[in-house]
Amino acid sequence: MKAISEPAIAAAAAVGPFAASRDQLCVLTCGSVDDGKSTLIGRLLLDASLVFDDHVAALSRDSKTHGTVAGDVDPALLVDGLEAEREQGITIDVAYRYFGTPRRRFIVADTPGHKDYTRNMVTGASTSDLAILLVDAEKGLLEQTRRHAFICSLLGIRQFVLAVNKMDLVGFDERRFAEIAESFAQFASRFPACDVAAIPVSALHGDNVVRASARMPWYQGLPLLHYLETVAIDTRPNAMSLRLPVQYVNRPDATFRGYAGTVVSGVLHKGTEIVIPRTGVRTKITRIATMDGELESASAADAVTVVLADAVDVSRGDIISSTDKPPQRADAFATHLVWMSESPLLPGRNYLLKAGAQTVSAMVTELKYRVDIETFDHLAAKELQLNEIAFVNIATAEPISFDPYDESRETGGFILIDRHSNATVAAGLIRFGLRRAANTYFQSFEVTKEARARLNAQKPALLWFTGLSGAGKSTIADNLERKLHALGKHTFVLDGDNVRHGLNRDLGFTEGDRVENIRRVAEVAKLFVDAGLITLVAFISPFRAEREMARDLVAPGEFIEVFVDTPLAACEQRDPKGLYKKARRGELRNFTGLDSPYEPPLNPELTLDALKESPGDLADRIIDFMQKRGMLS
Amino acid sequence: MTKSALTRPPLPADLHRLEAEAIYIFREVAAEFHKPVLLYSIGKDSSVLLHLARKAFFPSPLPFPLLHIDTTWKFREMIAFRDATAKQLGLDLIVHTNREGLAQGINPFTHGSSFYTHVMKTEALKQALTEHGFDAAFGGARRDEEKSRAKERVFSFRSANHVWDPKNQRPELWHIYNCRIAKGESIRVFPLSNWTELDVWRYIEHEDIPVVPLYFAAPRPVVSRGGGLIVVDDDRMRLEPDERPTARKVRFRTLGCYPLTAAVESDAMTLADIVAEMQAAQTSERAGRLIDHDQSDSMEKKKREGYF
Repeated sequence: MKAISEPAIAAAAAVGPFAASRDQLCVLTCGSVDDGKSTLIGRLLLDASLVFDDHVAALSRDSKTHGTVAGDVDPALLVDGLEAEREQGITIDVAYRYFGTPRRRFIVADTPGHKDYTRNMVTGASTSDLAILLVDAEKGLLEQTRRHAFICSLLGIRQFVLAVNKMDLVGFDERRFAEIAESFAQFASRFPACDVAAIPVSALHGDNVVRASARMPWYQGLPLLHYLETVAIDTRPNAMSLRLPVQYVNRPDATFRGYAGTVVSGVLHKGTEIVIPRTGVRTKITRIATMDGELESASAADAVTVVLADAVDVSRGDIISSTDKPPQRADAFATHLVWMSESPLLPGRNYLLKAGAQTVSAMVTELKYRVDIETFDHLAAKELQLNEIAFVNIATAEPISFDPYDESRETGGFILIDRHSNATVAAGLIRFGLRRAANTYFQSFEVTKEARARLNAQKPALLWFTGLSGAGKSTIADNLERKLHALGKHTFVLDGDNVRHGLNRDLGFTEGDRVENIRRVAEVAKLFVDAGLITLVAFISPFRAEREMARDLVAPGEFIEVFVDTPLAACEQRDPKGLYKKARRGELRNFTGLDSPYEPPLNPELTLDALKESPGDLADRIIDFMQKRGMLS
Repeated sequence: MTKSALTRPPLPADLHRLEAEAIYIFREVAAEFHKPVLLYSIGKDSSVLLHLARKAFFPSPLPFPLLHIDTTWKFREMIAFRDATAKQLGLDLIVHTNREGLAQGINPFTHGSSFYTHVMKTEALKQALTEHGFDAAFGGARRDEEKSRAKERVFSFRSANHVWDPKNQRPELWHIYNCRIAKGESIRVFPLSNWTELDVWRYIEHEDIPVVPLYFAAPRPVVSRGGGLIVVDDDRMRLEPDERPTARKVRFRTLGCYPLTAAVESDAMTLADIVAEMQAAQTSERAGRLIDHDQSDSMEKKKREGYF
């Protein structure tokens, strides 16, 4: 490993806290499965003598057992580090390799080509400056090649190397190379401006990887490594103003209150006037504290702890910003989404949105269109499946501070997290805040929910009945309402069937429509609770996520989840509306419990067994519960 | 960047970037998790990890404890260094040993490196994490160390059984880390993911971070075994009939349990010597770890079972 040397120390370019300073290039390799990405990286490391002796020895051993190259070392095995990868001869997850030459340091993210693992490729792309896109010279551009190029472009990569690989299999034919380069140029002409360098290579044999190929004298350009060492690093001038996202409030004792974070862009000095966009409050920076002593100033990529002049309200998620051009704030955005989960995106479903240190509740309010990666056409869509890309409107429960993604990856990108599985389900890129939402404010009124409840002489509540069709939800709710009414309580029942006749009559029974069905009724129920009523909702409401969303809409303690736990067989036997029979005959699709899932509550306030007790007795149980909680006093 | 009160020259840009990235990761975990812990293995990576954590929370003390899994087979100098460091920096240090393993006399000689490591390191670690209910654990692993580590996320999800599922890792976008887990699950966090061995030594040199003296070359009693040089650290070492320890000038590139960690012959007596030696190195750091070589993918196997 002779080539590593002390990297040249260059001035850090201000392009983000972890982005490349001039001496480092973050590269990803992408392209379709079997186009030779891992082989190319392995070859590059071997030929440039960047591999330790014991790793070369291990490679020779592995090549005998797992190798796909008869009688020779298989360079791909240097990077395919997982057992399953070596067995199957494919790349499943992104591998990172670190190496340096006298000219430059490199981080290479070797990403999987298989469509199923696109999300792992997105992971690699999100932190890269340049993409090496591999194409098999025999096969030409494939769907996955275009998908990866599109995703790279979407994520802001503006430099591409088109490595036309396996040139040995097409007899090192110049025309074939030119043909592929031309078809890619045409495809890429529809991206935002980008640089493309096409290089003909044979990763397996090393042609034009580290050394110029004697077998392609017609190629006048640089071999790959030389190109990577000398290409101008994408340092689009960062004209952005100060952004210091607060990660952590540091309070060792009463005398020190520091705000810790990494400067994303701009410069700050002692005395710099700043603004907290959330509150609009302005103040000054008085100290920049580090363990190495106080700093006079700090700039992009510095991890600092700052002290402010006044005791202002600042917490995790705030962005300490310059006063001249602070970040925008909005609670609705137009964004691109890359969907990364097996469960589809459902508009109206509640997700967690994490942007920098801000985490808020969010939902897709409108799926504007899905992007066809082959044709760039905008396709109508109701749901979004794994690896699909769409342009959507997103609404958050409270405003967040952001910059458009094109201006800053660090303050314009976000992830969506599933509230139940906790999986990262989407990568999002904020394009712009929506004016309409930015201009809609909550009007405050003098008469509050508490005042209305006082006049009603009761405490408002939301009793949410969930269970299979025919479980007995509406019957129990009916019994309960009569008893509450007799006690002089003001009530209202929202019943699934009834609401579907009016407010929700435009909705069907697909997963997406079910989510919207519950979203609407939950919002209506919230208004009734605000009006001071004891509100009963009797809906199948099959998904936990939506019931959680409803719970979050009202105040803590106001929501009572009542699980009417009647087994499917019993519901089907009762079949009060004849729906199960219809569904079994195939006349009804997406029927809960049959061909559409029901997710039982994990921690309901009440579980009722409608087989053991009468609806009247069960209603008494609920009243008993409410009395014990002091909800009827 | 202007540094006013600095006596040291400023860090080179690449180390500065790595330092800032690690500090960012430490703060993110402290802000989002209930009960983090720093896995402290006493080696050079742990020394760097500890230094970075102190920087991240300065002027506050560390907002989490350190955990050392003591197999009882560490070098004596490592334990002395650990206790001195904890005392000097006022650290909250938890030392855990697998009591059952100890009672059964599990040792690297009779039981083989693989079984011994599983019981005294992997199982011990899982015991300690479960016992204390830690929901995030920092480790000093680097992606350049080993092939399966090159595949691991910075925030690496573990099931309630501490199992790593390498085929189903969470996507990790930009520097936005998903810190959401269910009860019992945990995240292993690797702030040094993007560092190389050379970076670690350059950083130690620049920041003048104390490390265990075993990293510096000195005459030590060694026996040659399986192509590696094993330092005889105490009289528990079981020598073969024909083995006679001889004094040779050696140092360690990596530190673990002494019977399982091979030394290298070296003249490097200062940090500058080590950095120079590193730049000319022809073999990888883990070549000295005997436990890695049971089979080619043995690190992945150990990691899936809960090894750090």
